[in-house]
Amino acid sequence: MPVPLSYSYRNLLTRRMTTVLTAGGMSLVVFVFAATLMLAEGLRQTLVSTGLPTNAVILRKGSESEVQSGIERSQASVMTTRPEIAVAPDGTAMAAREVVVLIGLPRASTGKISNAVIRGTDLKSLALRPQVRMARGREPRRGSTEVMVGKNVAKGFTGTQIGDRLRFGKREWEVVGVFDAGNTGFSSEIWADGDQVMRSFGRDAYSIVVAGLRDYGAYEAFRAGIEGDPRLTAETFRETRYYEKQSEMMAKFLRVLGVSLTIIFSLGAMIGAMITMYSAVANRVPEIGTMRALGFGRSSILAAFLAESVFLSLLGGAMGLGAAAVLNFFTFSTTNFQTFSELAFKFALTGDIILLSLGFSVFMGVLGGLPPALRASRLKIVEALREA
Amino acid sequence: MDTPLIRIRDLCKAYTRGDQSIPVLAGITFDIAAGEFLALIGPSGSGKSTLLNLIAGIDTADSGQILVGDTDIVTLSEGELADWRSGHVGFIFQFYNLIPVLTALENVELPLLLTSLTRHERREHAAHALDAVGLSDRLDHRPNQLSGGQQQRVAIARAIVADPDIIVADEPTGDLDRVSAQDILHLMDRLNTELGKTIIMVTHDQRAADAAHRVRSLDKGVLHVSD
Repeated sequence: MPVPLSYSYRNLLTRRMTTVLTAGGMSLVVFVFAATLMLAEGLRQTLVSTGLPTNAVILRKGSESEVQSGIERSQASVMTTRPEIAVAPDGTAMAAREVVVLIGLPRASTGKISNAVIRGTDLKSLALRPQVRMARGREPRRGSTEVMVGKNVAKGFTGTQIGDRLRFGKREWEVVGVFDAGNTGFSSEIWADGDQVMRSFGRDAYSIVVAGLRDYGAYEAFRAGIEGDPRLTAETFRETRYYEKQSEMMAKFLRVLGVSLTIIFSLGAMIGAMITMYSAVANRVPEIGTMRALGFGRSSILAAFLAESVFLSLLGGAMGLGAAAVLNFFTFSTTNFQTFSELAFKFALTGDIILLSLGFSVFMGVLGGLPPALRASRLKIVEALREA
Repeated sequence: MDTPLIRIRDLCKAYTRGDQSIPVLAGITFDIAAGEFLALIGPSGSGKSTLLNLIAGIDTADSGQILVGDTDIVTLSEGELADWRSGHVGFIFQFYNLIPVLTALENVELPLLLTSLTRHERREHAAHALDAVGLSDRLDHRPNQLSGGQQQRVAIARAIVADPDIIVADEPTGDLDRVSAQDILHLMDRLNTELGKTIIMVTHDQRAADAAHRVRSLDKGVLHVSD
């Protein structure tokens, strides 16, 4: 039977100040760890939720993103005649040919220029994205130089309110509406009539074709049809998978950065826990001797001090996670490396991140607590009792 | 003498300091009867605490035998010795050695954690032991909420709770005032006479030695008969 757990946690309660300070150090590390994972997860969730699983996105073969892609008009026409595409109530194919370009706009917070996505839309673009809803104003008229901006664009860039005029593609564009696409990447975009955008930027090719499929299961046949057609040099993705891919590079960067920082910080936290636990052992040598004399083995003593260190680290983990949870209410805006455009997204705390963070806390507690616990377990009974 | 419970034969122990070997016990041989209350006295450094530690199984001898019943505890491994101690030996220390973060009841319950008793049974036994030492109204008190005498009573309750054959006491009155010391000695006498516990006590205190039924003195690692 091990030494009771109450022995371990009550000792932590007894030396409150040391406990809080050591746990505080560990909580900072867990906070950084959780925050970067939340950031990466927030980015992933935002981009994944941007797409619909029943939509397919077609890009030119080898293109990493829609900004780099180019699909000729003739090819786009072939693509939109596939039988797997759903039919709209007006009898036409539920497909949209879109052009995507980047423009520089001054950020509201710093005045510095950041890239914003202009999406030149087609008649079915809105129908294919039911998550996009008008928040204020109205939709741009087809064939006009009017735009509507996503809510994050209206919040993050200057000159993007209704009635303002933007200058890009050698023309002036009037902002006539603000749309809300929820927590998706579309909320960070500016939408205008596709033909007008192509004309302004001198483009004669679309960037992508988006197809609304009859049902979820129709995707494989659609992909095989597009990619097997010798007239087309195209690649097909489910829309959700396409946007998830857009998050991968940035999310990976965030994770690597976060984990690297955390490893460096955690060394300090583990040394802090180690010092605290060495001090705890030094102050309780006669207690250890007594318990050994009563018949508790070395492994029981080791477990008791290790448990104390783990309790300490779990407290730090809980404090760090508590602070990180507050970030859930914040929106973060940065340039997505993959698309070179500004993207706003929220920190997202998930069950996996909570488990990972607590697991990381326990790891720090075990590693920091092991050397002092080993020392405690190796004390000789007679020598330990002599220090009473 | 009644049937010996403990038979000590040619027991030797030396400590090393640097290259030097300092003998502490030089071939001790004697018996301790079951139910005996023995006091070991002698000047500091005479080896009495070392002898007590060896009998209690918390230190290891260089040579010789300590036969408790049929078991030569000198030959036991560290793990076996720990098991043996938990079943056969109760400890009373000069400075009580209670765990500060545990209540009186939890302190007394500690040795029972090494038995197969259920939590309820352990609590019951511990409460009974505290009642036996007159502290049934102090179950939930922590050591720092008790006087020195009361703490030593808790330690005695802890020593008897697992019903060991042997109780070893290292200067049990050394940190107590005269009245509390007398009280503790009286309690130890009751353990010996009423419960039949074999008590081996190391002391500098003549009054404590007088409370024992037999006194042996040690000087420079050699045992002398004092009674």
